[in-house]
Amino acid sequence: MDMSKYTDIFIEETREHLQKLNELILLMEGNHDAGLLDGIFRSAHTLKGMAATMGYNNMAELTHKMENLLQSLKSGEYKVSPEIVDVLFKCLDQLEKIIEDIASGGKGDIQNPEILDILAKSFDKTGSASDDRAKVDFNEFESNLISEAVKMGLHTYHVVVHIRPNCIMKSARSYMIFKKLESVGEVIKTLPSIQDIEDEKFDNSFELILLSSESAEVVRKEIISLAEVDEPEISQIKVEETQNEKSEKEEDKANSNPPKEKEKELKENSKEPPKLKLAHVSKPSQSVRVDIGKLDNLVNLVGELVINKTRLEQIAKLNPIPELKEALEQTNLLSSDLQNIVMNVRMVPVEQVFNRFPRMVRDLSRELGKDITLYIEGMNTELDRTVIDEIGDPLVHILRNSIDHGIETPAERVKVGKPAMGTIDLIARHEGNNVIIEVDDDGKGINPNIIRKKVAEKKILNEDNAFQLDDDEAINFIFHPGFSTADKVTDVSGRGVGLDAVKNKIESLGGDIFIESKIGMGTKFKIQLPLTLAIIQALMVQISEEIYSIPLSFISETTSIIPSQIKVVQDQEVMLLRDMVLPLVRLRDVYQVPGEPINIDEISVVVVKKGEKKIGLAVDYLIGQQEIVIKSLGENLDNIPGIAGATIFGNGLVSLIVDATSLF
Amino acid sequence: MNEFQTVVFLLENKEYGIEIQKVQEIIRLLKITRVPHAPHFVSGVVNLRGNVLPVMDLRLRFGFPPGPVTDDTRIIITKSENKLMGLIVDNVVEVIGMDNSWLEPPPVVTENIKTEFLQGVARIDQRLIIMLNLKKVNNLEFASSL
Repeated sequence: MDMSKYTDIFIEETREHLQKLNELILLMEGNHDAGLLDGIFRSAHTLKGMAATMGYNNMAELTHKMENLLQSLKSGEYKVSPEIVDVLFKCLDQLEKIIEDIASGGKGDIQNPEILDILAKSFDKTGSASDDRAKVDFNEFESNLISEAVKMGLHTYHVVVHIRPNCIMKSARSYMIFKKLESVGEVIKTLPSIQDIEDEKFDNSFELILLSSESAEVVRKEIISLAEVDEPEISQIKVEETQNEKSEKEEDKANSNPPKEKEKELKENSKEPPKLKLAHVSKPSQSVRVDIGKLDNLVNLVGELVINKTRLEQIAKLNPIPELKEALEQTNLLSSDLQNIVMNVRMVPVEQVFNRFPRMVRDLSRELGKDITLYIEGMNTELDRTVIDEIGDPLVHILRNSIDHGIETPAERVKVGKPAMGTIDLIARHEGNNVIIEVDDDGKGINPNIIRKKVAEKKILNEDNAFQLDDDEAINFIFHPGFSTADKVTDVSGRGVGLDAVKNKIESLGGDIFIESKIGMGTKFKIQLPLTLAIIQALMVQISEEIYSIPLSFISETTSIIPSQIKVVQDQEVMLLRDMVLPLVRLRDVYQVPGEPINIDEISVVVVKKGEKKIGLAVDYLIGQQEIVIKSLGENLDNIPGIAGATIFGNGLVSLIVDATSLF
Repeated sequence: MNEFQTVVFLLENKEYGIEIQKVQEIIRLLKITRVPHAPHFVSGVVNLRGNVLPVMDLRLRFGFPPGPVTDDTRIIITKSENKLMGLIVDNVVEVIGMDNSWLEPPPVVTENIKTEFLQGVARIDQRLIIMLNLKKVNNLEFASSL
């Protein structure tokens, strides 16, 4: 069977299941609910089925072992403990490694003998390795078969057949084994499936359940009578065990058909379920999977539509024709709606990024000996998908910082009267045209004094200036490249590289990051991101012959002044805006624009704001407001200071977009 | 026979070549929007069917004085390392098939152009076509705005 065309679906669904398992296992650690265990079991079982169908035997084997561990949790043999949860997480990590290997074109045959060892060990507390083999799951159907058999006086054997490694025709050999066994009883179940055994999708052993009236010795003789077959392992399955298994499986109809028919049905069933399960795994909500390339194409086209629509409007202004105006108005409405919908399509809930954090926080806090709980709010808040992809790493860094440097150890916390358990709040919400993400911890906060000292030590500023920094200014120095107050470099943080990279990344997304901190109380990082990146409103301004675009979201107001209103304070040009002194930046100078000013008597000023600060951008002339589509300048020119990108006007002219934040 | 096609163009009346695989298209001069703070040989960006592309003046790149714009001036849109870059040249002459055996390494002093920009020199009858190392030419890293 060629399963390669299912590989993509397989990878997606496996990832979904792994994510679900991560969440459920985390939940289960805090709350030993049997229902959770069922859910975990189901996911693991589905994963095993999918992996076996696709032929990824490593994965199937690992999930099988995981299932066994879960089984013993279910039966109460083991209690949920942090150690067991750790083992489960290690399995998940390994599965993730395998699936990533498959996703990048590999065969997923990553071996990890240590994991299998750990699993085997965590098992072996009650008996020999054969115990774990005896715990084969039976669905209700099969258990019924077995009880029927017992009623008829038959034995139920669990047989593990070992074929010699150098055997060439494994499928022929296994066929002969089955033939032999059928002469002494009925084979009601095989592991892996019959199909897989016939396709030789097993290493050197496979397992089967045999119903027979003969003794184990007779069965054994039948098997080793064949060449190239090693000593098999035969164990009897007791009826009570199968009764236990019955209770935890999904409802199958109880059949009272004679065993032979059931065996046929079973053989078919063991082929079908994995495929069926592939279909069943999809969520009940009506949704469609769309390739990202198609979505991006759609957004591009809508962008082009907007540009052309603007052009039509300009032409219509110069050529007033009533019918044209009407048709254009309609077009406007339609394209606005289309724009909104397409923008929405690109929006993805932050849940995608946030959902891996609880696990990360748990693992890291355990590693560092701290007790921390992560509270997340606003999982449904939506962000443009390009932003979603990029925001993960900065958030990881900030969270790690909180855990490593922010929150104190339980002992330290109790000493200062805090609860031993630290909390980190991760909140996402909409605010105007932005999405705000806050990371708020109740740790020890940032000490401005230590920062001032470090700033002086590292000679970032000279001593006088360093100690003159007020608390807020000092705290903001943690964003400075090369800055770190940690005394030693740990794996997690302390290299002094992180927070400035975080700041750069966020600013490159058109966003901003602010920090508030109080010693002893905690630290809050506030990240502000624009809702949509591709199409924005902008103000077009002219300087000599060149036209620039300023995104409207930065603009607070516009005004015009005459040259005499410009004063100079400490080498900085300023003007008076009502009762406020506004620093003035001449874009002509920033962009080294050649040519003469259009009008020397009047200067137009665009007041832009960043957080609480405002500056005035001096230009020659304000042209007007327009919707523009943001185009990238290409990788060659993406680091030009002061320029955020480019846009193309309806007449084909390229205009550069002003990066307002960099001018502060 | 290891034949490859080359786009041959003129700069200051000397012939240069770029292998055709790296050439996406050849267009007439478009309106160029200046990009501040870019290296001096980057003339700016142009709009190519909805895409914003950077464009560089090859004369300035090689250290020649700027030349007049004529009807023959063209922009060669090249693709190197998956990035597009337009090169302004005086004239595009022809596309010619070349054989590997005609290539020689670049002489140490060639018209004062840095040898890193050159891949070699092709000798065809009396002609000497200077083959460009596009990867180096298009690489804007370490370029200072002189």
